[in-house]
Amino acid sequence: MAAITDPLEDEASRRRRLGRWFHRQGYMQGIIAIPYIWLVAWFLVPFLIIFAMSVATRTPTAPPFGFGGENPLLNWSHYERLFTDSLYIRAYLTSLVNAVAATALCLVIGYPIALGIARASRSWRSILLMLVILPFWTSFLLRVYAWIGLMGTNSWFNEMLTAVWNGLVPQAWELAYVPLMNTNAAVILVTIYSYLPFMILPLYANLERLDLTLDEAAMDLGSRPMRVFWDITLPQSVPGIIAGGMLVFIPACGEFIIPNLVGSASRPMIGAVINDEFAYARDWPMASTVAVALLFLLVVPLMVYTWAEQRAEDKARAREQEG
Amino acid sequence: MADGPAALEAPVAEAAAGAPFVRVEGVSKKFGTFLAVDDVSFDIARGEIFSLLGGSGCGKTTLLRMLAGFEEPTKGRIHIDGRDVTDVPPYERPVNMMFQSYALFPHMSVEKNIAYGLKHEPLSRGERADRVAEMLELVQLQDYGGRKPHQISGGQRQRVALARALARAPKLLLLDEPLAALDKKLREHTQFELMSIQEQTGVTFIVVTHDQEEAMTLSSRMAVMEKGRIRQIGTATDIYEYPQNRFVADFIGSINLFEGQVRAVSGGVAQVEVEELGQVSVTAEGEVAAGQPVTLALRPEKLSLSRTEPEAQNRVAGTVESLAYFGKDSLYRIRLASGRVVSANAPNARRGGEGQWVADWEDDVWLSFAPSSAILLVE
Ligand SMILES: Nc1ncnc2c1ncn2[C@@H]1O[C@H](COP(=O)(O)OP(=O)(O)O)[C@@H](O)[C@H]1O
Ligand SMILES: [Mg+2]
Repeated sequence: MAAITDPLEDEASRRRRLGRWFHRQGYMQGIIAIPYIWLVAWFLVPFLIIFAMSVATRTPTAPPFGFGGENPLLNWSHYERLFTDSLYIRAYLTSLVNAVAATALCLVIGYPIALGIARASRSWRSILLMLVILPFWTSFLLRVYAWIGLMGTNSWFNEMLTAVWNGLVPQAWELAYVPLMNTNAAVILVTIYSYLPFMILPLYANLERLDLTLDEAAMDLGSRPMRVFWDITLPQSVPGIIAGGMLVFIPACGEFIIPNLVGSASRPMIGAVINDEFAYARDWPMASTVAVALLFLLVVPLMVYTWAEQRAEDKARAREQEG
Repeated sequence: MADGPAALEAPVAEAAAGAPFVRVEGVSKKFGTFLAVDDVSFDIARGEIFSLLGGSGCGKTTLLRMLAGFEEPTKGRIHIDGRDVTDVPPYERPVNMMFQSYALFPHMSVEKNIAYGLKHEPLSRGERADRVAEMLELVQLQDYGGRKPHQISGGQRQRVALARALARAPKLLLLDEPLAALDKKLREHTQFELMSIQEQTGVTFIVVTHDQEEAMTLSSRMAVMEKGRIRQIGTATDIYEYPQNRFVADFIGSINLFEGQVRAVSGGVAQVEVEELGQVSVTAEGEVAAGQPVTLALRPEKLSLSRTEPEAQNRVAGTVESLAYFGKDSLYRIRLASGRVVSANAPNARRGGEGQWVADWEDDVWLSFAPSSAILLVE
């Protein structure tokens, strides 16, 4: 016979259990768990798979890699190749340079636009924001193809650029057309065009919330408008600049389609290298290694930034407790 | 700062010399078709605390913003210290403003906030630090220089805003509802602090407020505003005891207003026929003529209350409808024969309880007043 349980105690424990379920704390944790579960399922697990592949060995099987058996369990040779084969280092550098240039130029172009929209009258604001988002309504690929048309040697755009160039430089440097297609400059240009909204939107969200009374206060204390921008608006928009910068820099680093369509084959970016290793060389472990390294390249600066931010905050709090 | 004490003596001398420190001349401001400030003129002497008093939306802030240079007058001129500043941008005016929201820079420490305006002054680093320390001491925040605005209390923020506005030793300080965000107790304390700081620095203050007690406590003179216009300018006594129109009489303090008609004027005394009071005699200050319709205004504390019929010429009988005991005095609501209810204050000069007061609920009483206590308004 099964052990006889006290019916009263059973009731109480069941109630406790249900209570825990419906307790607000439990609820909250449940809700917070959703993004974590999402991250684990769609980021951490795939990352671990890729990482595992990066230490596997290439085999002529399907899938084309294996662990153990006659192969070593952990094969780090791909990471060695990453640092010895200049192809990879060059590709990383190209990616970084292109992403930094695109991010910086997006900031320079996007900041005045975001500020202009934030300072426009309420009725204008929604129209202008609409215009910023409007390009998303056509396919990204179509827009890149449109740029191919624009950058071609016979396009009105190229003719205009050529005319401007020839007007500015001495005769010896005059050109029949500006060589744009299949250059690294074309990659940067199209990247800027494609990612500009990702810079403008977070910046706008930040600038729109700023209290204009602060600008007036600074002006009242003797600052001219340029100085007010520098002292008041700019420092307060740093979070917006960082958010926009991340949103442009990270995808620009791994960009694959743009360099593939308008870039130079002799200066591949990292996305193209991963694709080539995977699809043409069928070297999945090497492709995975390049991908893991890219992730570190992007995540490490982000973590350093978050850490520095956290430390500054802790310091401020500590000082406050002292004072 | 060094000329502080000298500046204090200045108002009298300058007013006499006829050279106002601030002169606002026929200033109007239109937003679209809405007239927010309507043909406002006034003069302020150096070292004065001048209040702009009026209900919400009457154009006080707009007027202040025109003095600071944030809004351009649609019409009129503004002179400060003998110079026409109407077209001078805010960053070149010898004026600083303390904003209603304080507008402290959230990304700067208290010290940096106060030092901000000094950047544009030709000061050495040491002089600047000294000035900041001096300002922190003035507002008693020596220990808070390193904090950020969000790390201090509302009252402390108010003082930082004041210190920041005073740091550049402006000729004129504009304060927009400087005490509105503080709780009652802190507000009273800060009022006196403001006055003492003004005395120490000798800076001319223009204070915007919707609180009449604040205006009366703080300022040497005030302008009462209604719908963008100034209805009266004067000292607290002028405004309270000698209001020039119904709006001012009604806006400041509580008052009983009666409609009447002048029967005769002789020897500076007008005989006024008032339906609720009968014929009363009132000292006539302005121009009044027989037959003129007038408003008679009587402050509750100017009415005497008695159980027996008084000797006074101006008297009327009534019944106590209600009374409110405030400690030092009581407020009586008295119903006259005509049905009109009048407010009267009486001091509680003797100690007692119910039954010991001047009058009690439902008592028949007499109200009386001296001819000079009533205000005759022709407008
Ligand atoms: N920039 C503006 N545009 C349109 N109307 C305004 C503007 N500023 C103030 N007003 C209007 O002018 C009137 C006076 O405002 P304000 O000077 O702020 O009043 P107060 O400070 O006395 O409460 C209000 O009715 C307000 O709505
Ligand atoms: Mg206001």
